[in-house]
Amino acid sequence: MCDTCGCNLTPGNKHLAFKPVAQGATAVSVLKGLLQKNDDQAGHNREHFDKRGVLAINLMSSPGSGKTALLEATLTALKDEFTCAVIEGDLETENDAERIRAKGVQAHQIVTGTACHLDAHLVHDALHHMRLDGVDILFIENVGNLVCPASFDLGQHLNVTLLSVTEGDDKPAKYPVMFRAADAMLLTKTDLLAVLDDFDPDKAEAHLRNLANPAPVMRLSARKDLGMDAWLNWLREQLAAQRARVAIGQSRRPAIQSDGMKYHSVTA
Amino acid sequence: MHELAVAQALVEQVDAVIDQHQAGCATAIRVRIGPLAGVVPELLATAFPLAAAGSRMERAQLEFAHAPIRVRCQTCGAETEAAMNRLICGACGDWHTQIVSGDELLLESVELETSPTPAS
Repeated sequence: MCDTCGCNLTPGNKHLAFKPVAQGATAVSVLKGLLQKNDDQAGHNREHFDKRGVLAINLMSSPGSGKTALLEATLTALKDEFTCAVIEGDLETENDAERIRAKGVQAHQIVTGTACHLDAHLVHDALHHMRLDGVDILFIENVGNLVCPASFDLGQHLNVTLLSVTEGDDKPAKYPVMFRAADAMLLTKTDLLAVLDDFDPDKAEAHLRNLANPAPVMRLSARKDLGMDAWLNWLREQLAAQRARVAIGQSRRPAIQSDGMKYHSVTA
Repeated sequence: MHELAVAQALVEQVDAVIDQHQAGCATAIRVRIGPLAGVVPELLATAFPLAAAGSRMERAQLEFAHAPIRVRCQTCGAETEAAMNRLICGACGDWHTQIVSGDELLLESVELETSPTPAS
């Protein structure tokens, strides 16, 4: 939208723009996303990915729900099929990037220091350290946190949110902002279900539906190689869909922006 | 936790508005934050003075517009209010709904001081 000519004013929001103010003062309507700068950078990142035909996936979850273990198993399974690359986000240490590199896959570690989430600028800086040519899928492993990462677009095409069965099955109800943003929800460590009597996968799925989220729910154990095929097939389908979009000059934003934003973004 | 990052983004945006209108400073800033935006207004209000310290909006009042969660049902067409973790249709109970409002994270308007006020 445009700030200069007033075309961002509609009958629906005009009342917000004009109100009486004291003399010597003027009220200016802005109606811009608070995180516009981040979103602009995210859009730039997405263009970068689309130009190279890369599918970018943002992995989010609590700390310790198995994001890195899932990546290790996924990269091993796909190593003869696709070229993958990984951006790791953690407050400290290079440990996760080293685990990925041990699989022979390009990885860049973002050390956020104290920041509780990745943002589009951090990812952009990371891209300068990476070779994206020839990469099919870029995984961005966000900082383990079910709150903050949900609010920041990184330029990814898809959000994948993990929920390990050692957590509560009501996590989607407790962290609705995060789980509403998921394009796929993975229930991880399902091999432990046999010894956990308080996690009901169906309930977890029902809580996700209560957030009006139609995302597929896949149950798997990366360590015990259970249920991985559905996840790998989903990745293959998503990469094919990304290639089809790129071929006709289109892109895709993750679930969070697709419905809500069009009601309050005038140009959408 | 990430509200400080949001406050810093807000300060940058308001700064740009002040520049654009060649104003002296901002006196009021109105934002609209829906419960589903993942930003807590109270925490943003706490973080804002830190981000705004020394800027042309450090005396500005930060105001929050109410943004209730409303969903539109794709099955029955009803538009109803919803709870944050229960975004289902209030009329028929179906979960195939779309958010109409409640996920906004918007800078709505800024009040600018265009001429110097007499010293008090």
